Amino acid sequence: MNTYMSPLAGGMLIGLSAAMLLLLNGRIAGISGIVGRLAQGIGIATNTAFVIGLMLGPVVFLGLFGEWPTITITASLPLIAGAGLLVGFGSRMGSGCTSGHGVLGLARLSPRSMAAVATFLATGVAAVAILKGFGG
Amino acid sequence: MKSQLAQVLTALAAGLVFGFGLSLSGMLDPARVQGFLDIFGAWDPSLAFVLGGAVAVATAGMQILRSMDRPAFDRTFHLPSSNAIDRRLIVGSAIFGAGWGFGGFCPGPAVASLSLGLIQSVIFAAFMLAGMMLHDRYVARRTS
Repeated sequence: MNTYMSPLAGGMLIGLSAAMLLLLNGRIAGISGIVGRLAQGIGIATNTAFVIGLMLGPVVFLGLFGEWPTITITASLPLIAGAGLLVGFGSRMGSGCTSGHGVLGLARLSPRSMAAVATFLATGVAAVAILKGFGG
Repeated sequence: MKSQLAQVLTALAAGLVFGFGLSLSGMLDPARVQGFLDIFGAWDPSLAFVLGGAVAVATAGMQILRSMDRPAFDRTFHLPSSNAIDRRLIVGSAIFGAGWGFGGFCPGPAVASLSLGLIQSVIFAAFMLAGMMLHDRYVARRTS
C-alpha cells in the first residue's frame, strides 16, 4: 500500500477500535488512561486484556505481511529515557494523549481535547525543531 | 459475570485492532512521527491521514452512541465529565508533546512496539510508566 493509503487504513482501524470500546464497553480508548489505571491497579482484567491485544497487533502484522512494522530510532538512550518520562508524566497530568484527546476528543468535539491537541502538537513541533537544530 | 467476560474479550479485540492499525499506519515508527512534526524541515504530512481516518470512524461511533441508552456490556457510558480548559490540561499536554517530539513515541506505539523487543522501546516504555506513576502517586491531587 502507498504512503497515504496505509496511514488512512490504519487510522480507520484505530477509529474502529475506539468505537468498539465505546459502544460495547462504554469506555474511552485512551492509551495513557488505560496504562495509567492499570499501573494503579484499577480495572485490571479489561485493561490488561487491552494492553495484551495492543502488543499482539504488530505480531498479526508480521503474520500477514511477513515482516515487522518499520521502526527507526535515532535518539540516544538517555534522550529516549527522558522523552519516555515526559510522555508518561505529561499524558497523565493532561488527562490524555494522542488517542484519548486526539481521536476521541476530536470525535466528541470536546473543546478541552481540542486545546490539548493544539498544545501537544505545538510542543511536539518545537521539540523536533530543537532536535534538528542540534543536528539530530 | 457474563458481561465481565464480554468486556474482557471486547478489550482484547479492541486492543488488537488498535495495535494492528498502529502497525499499518506507520505510527510505530518514531522517525516517521518526527518527520510529521518537522514542519519547518523535511515535513512528511502522511501521518495526518492516521488522525483523519481515526477521527472519521470514531465520529461515526459517536453518532451511534447517541441512539443508545447504555453500552452493550455495561450499565452506563464512562465518558469524561470535565470541560475545564485549565492549567493542568495545558501544562500536561505541553509536557507530553515535548516528550512525543523528542522520542517519536506516544503511549500506544510505545506499548505496541514492545513486541519487537527493541531495547529502545523497552527503555521508553519503562520510563513512561515511571512518569505516569510519579504523577499519579505524588503529583495528582486526590480529588476523584
